Amino acid sequence: MMLLDQLPILLVILSMLATLLVLGAGWYNRSVCYGIVLLTIIFQFVVSVLLLTRVMNEGTVRYYVGGWLPPLGIELVIDSFSGFILVTIMFLALASVIYLKKSIEKEVPYEKTVSFYVLLQLLIIGLIGMTITGDIFNLYVFLEISSIAAYALIATSRRSYSYVAAFNYLVLGSIAAGFILLGIGNLYVTTGTLNMAELAVLLPASYELSTVHAAFLFMIIGFSIKAAFFPLHLWLPDAYTEAPSAVTVLISTVMAKVSIYALFRMLFSVFTPSYIIESFPITDFILIVSTIAIIAGAVLAIAQTDLKRLLAYSSVSQVGYIMFALGVANLIALEGGLLHILGHAVMKGCLFMVAGAIIYQAGTSRLSDMKGIATRMPISCAAFALAGASMIGIPPTIGFMSKYYLVLGALDAGLWLYAAILLAGSLLAVVYIWRFIEIAYFAGGDHGDHAPQPAFLGREVPVSMLAPMVSLALLCLFLGICIEPVMGIVGPAAALLLGGA
Amino acid sequence: MRENVVIRTVTRLMVPFIQVFGLYVIVHGASGAGGGFQGGVAFAAAFILMVIAFGLPDVRARFGNRGIMYASIIGICIYAAIGLLSLLYAGNFLELAVIEEASGIPHLHGILIDIVEAGIGITVMAVMISIVYYMTDTGGDSS
Repeated sequence: MMLLDQLPILLVILSMLATLLVLGAGWYNRSVCYGIVLLTIIFQFVVSVLLLTRVMNEGTVRYYVGGWLPPLGIELVIDSFSGFILVTIMFLALASVIYLKKSIEKEVPYEKTVSFYVLLQLLIIGLIGMTITGDIFNLYVFLEISSIAAYALIATSRRSYSYVAAFNYLVLGSIAAGFILLGIGNLYVTTGTLNMAELAVLLPASYELSTVHAAFLFMIIGFSIKAAFFPLHLWLPDAYTEAPSAVTVLISTVMAKVSIYALFRMLFSVFTPSYIIESFPITDFILIVSTIAIIAGAVLAIAQTDLKRLLAYSSVSQVGYIMFALGVANLIALEGGLLHILGHAVMKGCLFMVAGAIIYQAGTSRLSDMKGIATRMPISCAAFALAGASMIGIPPTIGFMSKYYLVLGALDAGLWLYAAILLAGSLLAVVYIWRFIEIAYFAGGDHGDHAPQPAFLGREVPVSMLAPMVSLALLCLFLGICIEPVMGIVGPAAALLLGGA
Repeated sequence: MRENVVIRTVTRLMVPFIQVFGLYVIVHGASGAGGGFQGGVAFAAAFILMVIAFGLPDVRARFGNRGIMYASIIGICIYAAIGLLSLLYAGNFLELAVIEEASGIPHLHGILIDIVEAGIGITVMAVMISIVYYMTDTGGDSS
């Protein structure tokens, strides 16, 4: 019982110790590293589920590090929103860690594997920390931990261009971190506290100060870069394409979602909804930019010739959907947005896993090299089709449910035109998902007498890669059908953001 | 590296003082300005000075990559161990006052903080030195 109270800090500290264990063990025997990483992730997943059930039963869990109460000390907060995000990211991290063992053997040079696992652990610890902290400066520290780990992870790939991609991301990520730090500094100057709950209480008195407006803009710009919100997404396609495919799965699902979480947290829990709607009306602007993001991301995705790059631009489009919820800012749309965080993580994780599986077997991610691949890798392609259907938003999938709530929210707010654009974005998704489906299933290699795929010898990927892929694809379907328990978590979280609960 | 008597002699004189100063800053952290991070950097500065004066291979022969790795791991482990110790006494992480109350030893709180600071200092020192090693390393022998 006593240990249960300590779970929030154990989640961070024990993982940190496990990271050191990986580093130390790696000097003696590289093969034990993976086992330690896997055990740690399972531990983190179990703990996050325990925490979420506790939050659901007993309300928000607060943990004071060192026994110091909030204005002085650092606080860890798990409420329904952060608990939901925590379970989501830990589940996807677990899936991608199971997936990555075989994949990185091929894509990461042997001498880099120990540091790869260490960085992987640090990335996940940083993301967990960002999710559960209740202190904005602590948020920044964890953001830096995860970002630096991510820059290095992207550069571990064998492809030489990955260094350029990682460097671009490093520059943009550092600019983002600089903006966020400036924002934090401004808030601290204004209120004299770094605690989120405290800030939410103290800020309304100084809503009209230009310092606060500047802090708000700095925060929005910084986290938008991190989350790859449309005009600030330029680092994303290269980073996703050049990273080892297992890392792409991790950063596209887990890391991108935590950045969006941090943005939501800042906008709704630090600056309250009354600020972003009344004092500094930014929701209309976000609404316009997010619809542009939805369309532009999808159009750019259609134009790509590389599967991973196509999926990367699709992520830009999907971030638009999540930000759309922020722009509408009513309960139904926010429920849809949060649902889309979960749904997009699951389906994009699955799609990138399939892309990684194809790279694993064929060594290429060019769409033109994939003709008739469905006959060689039927299970992977079926998983892609299912997750793709969810991406488009075909009924009983999770993608349909989240878009349904988003459209419902938009209609509720009287935004007919925006709802129509949302649906148009789905139609564009049909086009880019269909591009792969058509090439995989219908551009059969039988009658095409030129350039048969040399690397394709009728092999499916190993089970350790197939299992997470298929379970994520099935989850897209399952979550869409059994939406009730998910809504039981998402509903309170959305209400909490709007300040109701 | 070219012989330079002045630099070498001054370094020989300075290094012990810099190290003692580093230790002082670390230990002072519990009661005043200072602490593990600053002290660790000051301590590492002594090694960095030695790298400048005597060259990388000489310094590395005494404090190699493996030693640095152990030092950085041990430092964090000390920190985490002291932090987790308070869990045994039904306190929160790093809530050292409960240990002092339970054990009844006066000033134990401050002593434990000093140990934590020492842990931070060891890790910071090791990481600082490793950064210098990696930046000055021109390849070749790496252990």
